[in-house]
Amino acid sequence: MGAQLRVYKRRIRSVTATKKITKAMEMIAASRVVKAQRKVRSSTPYAEELTRAVTAVGTGSDAKHPLTTEAENPTRVAVLLLTSDRGLAGAFNANAIKAAEQLTERLEREGKEVDTYIVGRRGLAHYNFRERAVAESFAGFTDEPTYADAKKVAAPLIEAIEKETADGGVDELHIVYTEFVSMMTQSAIGSRMLPLRLEEVAEETSSTKDEVLPLYDFEPSAEDVLDALLPRYVESRVYNALLQSAASKHAATRRAMKSATDNAGELINTLSRLANAARQAEITQEISEIVGGAGALADANAGSDN
Amino acid sequence: MAAELHVALVAADREVWSGEATLVVARTTSGDIGVMPGHQPLLGVLESGPVTIRTSEGGTVVAAVHGGFISFADDKLSLLAEVAELSDEIDVQRAERARERAKSEDDTPAERRADVRLRAVTTGR
Repeated sequence: MGAQLRVYKRRIRSVTATKKITKAMEMIAASRVVKAQRKVRSSTPYAEELTRAVTAVGTGSDAKHPLTTEAENPTRVAVLLLTSDRGLAGAFNANAIKAAEQLTERLEREGKEVDTYIVGRRGLAHYNFRERAVAESFAGFTDEPTYADAKKVAAPLIEAIEKETADGGVDELHIVYTEFVSMMTQSAIGSRMLPLRLEEVAEETSSTKDEVLPLYDFEPSAEDVLDALLPRYVESRVYNALLQSAASKHAATRRAMKSATDNAGELINTLSRLANAARQAEITQEISEIVGGAGALADANAGSDN
Repeated sequence: MAAELHVALVAADREVWSGEATLVVARTTSGDIGVMPGHQPLLGVLESGPVTIRTSEGGTVVAAVHGGFISFADDKLSLLAEVAELSDEIDVQRAERARERAKSEDDTPAERRADVRLRAVTTGR
């Protein structure tokens, strides 16, 4: 076998091995997307009921709670960025980080100081590499987040918003995560979690759109209910965002691995053609050498006969 | 007037139970509260404790609920809980072990949670 043919054969072997790996990763991601989607769906009833309750308290009482009223001059805000622990997911993390940076820039232009909270090793690595301050970070659960994880993430945020701004607290809470629109579309979005905009909250729950909320009797009192309700609301929003982010990450991985597998297939095709051409060229060369050699021998024999 | 109310007991990550009922008893921060059809709209904070649901078919469903809310309007009752378990889902031995462990470690909230679980099991039978 010629040297060139050997090189092609070796490359085809290595690309085939890579293709097998990416194909397996694609299949794993595909099954995880389905699981993650199911988790998103099963968390919806709780989130919906909670949103309904928050809207009910917000509209049904004139209680003034620090978490529903906007500060006159917000000076410090918290931004929670959700990324993944592992890469190989195309532009998934890059998009989320970009969205967070745009949001941070906008908030800073408005004269607000931004505290960044990060979930996922990828986002943390990005910020650490650029030596940017990170208030707190969490990692190790982005593939399959549980409610306990959401509580852990939400706890410092709730603490920060309940503190006075002068003592290092924050006035607003923003969250940047990747929304799972469909298998093919996931978009990084940034939204304000607190203080609540009641109109927005009401819009999110389509079932309450044309419905007049009844006048509730609060037990023990509207303030106490709101006090207990809002941390749960933040936790549930964080949980939902974590789940969507996980589903989006798996979908992005699936897509990235699918195109890697496709590219590997294409590369194998091209390399096989080149290898075939090389083999054919080798054969042609051998034939012409033999024919040429035989011709020369025949000529020599014919010459000696004379 | 409808003689039954629609109950949905939802935990943070799943719907635990839903169906028609005639009476629901839950523990709020200011004491036990019983809700029957036609009750006035209500929104309350739940303590951890057992929730008893008397179903329309005459059966009783008991669940251990740890923190959450009760909201009632238009004969629809929602019980929101971070953690909720039906009495027949609770592993008695595990709950007992958890209680022993919490006792030895002086972990009062954990002990109370295990206690609530065990109580839900005994009332559910």
